[in-house]
Amino acid sequence: MRKILQPILAVVLGLTLGLGVTWIAGESPWHVLRILGRGAFGSSYDFGMTLFYATPLIFTGLSVAVAFHAGLFNIGAEGQLTLGALAAAAVGALWPGLPAPLAPVLAGVAAIVAGTCWGAIPGWLRARRGSHEVINTIMLNFVAAGLASYVALYLLKNPDSQNPETRPMGAGYLIHQFGFFGGAPVSAALPLAVGTAFLIWMLLWKTALGFEIRAVGQSESAARVAGIDTGKIRILAMAIAGGLAGLVGIGEVLGNAGKFRLGFSPDYGFLGIAVALLGRNQPLGVVAAALLFGALHKGTADLDMETEHVTRELSLVLQALIILSVSAEGLWSWMKKRGQT
Amino acid sequence: MQRFLWDSIKQPVRVALLCVAGLVVSLQPAFAEFKVGLVLDRGGKDDKSFNSSAYEGATEAKKKLGIFLKYVEATDDNAYESQLRAFAQRDFDLIIGIGFAQKEAIKKIAAQFPQKHFAIVDAQVDAPNVRSLMFEEHEGAYLIGAIAAMTSKTGKIGFVGGMDIPLIRRFAMGYEAGAKKINPQVTIVANYVGVTSEAWNNPPKGKELAMTQYDGGVDVIFAAAGASGLGVFDAAEERKKFAIGVDANQDWTKPGLILTSMLKRVDEAVRSTIEEAQAAKFTGGVKRFGLANKGIDYSFDQYNASVLTEAVRKRADELKAEIIAGTITVPDYYKKQ
Repeated sequence: MRKILQPILAVVLGLTLGLGVTWIAGESPWHVLRILGRGAFGSSYDFGMTLFYATPLIFTGLSVAVAFHAGLFNIGAEGQLTLGALAAAAVGALWPGLPAPLAPVLAGVAAIVAGTCWGAIPGWLRARRGSHEVINTIMLNFVAAGLASYVALYLLKNPDSQNPETRPMGAGYLIHQFGFFGGAPVSAALPLAVGTAFLIWMLLWKTALGFEIRAVGQSESAARVAGIDTGKIRILAMAIAGGLAGLVGIGEVLGNAGKFRLGFSPDYGFLGIAVALLGRNQPLGVVAAALLFGALHKGTADLDMETEHVTRELSLVLQALIILSVSAEGLWSWMKKRGQT
Repeated sequence: MQRFLWDSIKQPVRVALLCVAGLVVSLQPAFAEFKVGLVLDRGGKDDKSFNSSAYEGATEAKKKLGIFLKYVEATDDNAYESQLRAFAQRDFDLIIGIGFAQKEAIKKIAAQFPQKHFAIVDAQVDAPNVRSLMFEEHEGAYLIGAIAAMTSKTGKIGFVGGMDIPLIRRFAMGYEAGAKKINPQVTIVANYVGVTSEAWNNPPKGKELAMTQYDGGVDVIFAAAGASGLGVFDAAEERKKFAIGVDANQDWTKPGLILTSMLKRVDEAVRSTIEEAQAAKFTGGVKRFGLANKGIDYSFDQYNASVLTEAVRKRADELKAEIIAGTITVPDYYKKQ
């Protein structure tokens, strides 16, 4: 029961603090709360945009959660998703003529493979060379960003646009968008994300590999004594984490833009950390937390439009306060755990 | 007293007056204020350049015409579309997108809301309810190149561009042509801050590039780099050399060091579009702003009066007249391709 109650309390606290800030800025908190709610759930389009923003957050949240279960901190989801999206777009730009059932599958596989590789590198470095994954994943984010700029601007540049993006992919690559959401780009990536969350739950709690991952995360030395190849498990966990982040590319590239746009992600990879934290690293929790953050992202964008004093920056403050209170809650329980041992 | 006045009016007149008053009150909604929504680029309202200029134009229209103005700044590239749509869904009459990055979003939303009016700066969207506000940047850059070459003592002038895209190449090409017109032997050093939209907002990199250029003998730099240009101005201050501003009049930021600014009157384009739309004279299609209609110009005010000499201005004005008359054709990067 407390497992569910605490994250909810954290959200309420963060929201209260955030509304307090908007109140100081000169807005009625009740008014702000109503706009937030309406902006995120008010119409089928608004709700669609919430789901659109939530979809990549489910993937990155799962990515961080899986690594976390293996005792690893994946800060590299941003780089992994960048390369995943880039790979999907590259396949589409290089072979634009491929027909429908084959094309999206191929591009999707490319996204997963690219993300997996990018996640496996820091996993291998950690397992075999002992260099810390936090440092490596952060640095690989920069490498991914540089690589993406190079490919998008020099190799696959879209000649018809001034925007930094790749050539549009063929029509056969685009996956179905649900018409119900009034034009919001909600695609088959959403059910894919929810299905993936279920698969990750199966993996972590119903398979031997999942058991080994969790064993390594809870006590590496105990796992080694029990005969688990902890190095291999860590590489595998990071590879899975990378592949999950790479899946973001499916929704963005195949389900929305039809090409890779530099800077398309408003830090989905880093928000994924907060999502995993709030979701307690449980797949179901991650889905719920992603929905909340998606709603916040969409809702706060409307605040800018609907209020006099809440600008883009103050919207970010509101989001930050919620993230802060969520992580403070994590810190609190961590300190309590430390106090016990 | 008032009571007395009212009583002194005859009954039929009183009824008529009340009717008129009632009519005025009931007609009020028909005169509801004109609503304008402004979607700014990721650079934001305070870049002191492109977006600031657009915002100022809209604010001026608000003051002059009493319209209702709401502006928003995009948080990510997927937000343009939902912000434009949010304006269109509400009772906004005119929605203006600032910057080429919104081209596709405007195209899509304008098609979904054919009864609403849209405008976009720096991109062409062909739809009957969209006005594309395009600027002839190369004409202005030509004058700036000439001014730089005339002022330079070393015969070396610099160019710091923001993002390396055709739009900025267009500036560079005009600049080079103008400088070569004055001094065929002039050396032009050109650098770009970057290749992503970050390049518009990286003053330290702008400063670094400018320092290198100044130390290599360049004594005038034209910064076409959005907020990154502010770094170029800092370098100018440190090295006591000249810099040239862009889009908005930036002469005031470092008086005596900003030789002039190439004015791109985004404010004027936005203001006139709002004015025409409010007067029900909105027309779609491409509207071009160049030297001829003062949409493009160079600045001269009290802040650069001491450095922009009369001889230089006289020659620049001659060139301007020749471009307008068509005797000089400025090379256009867009048409070269």
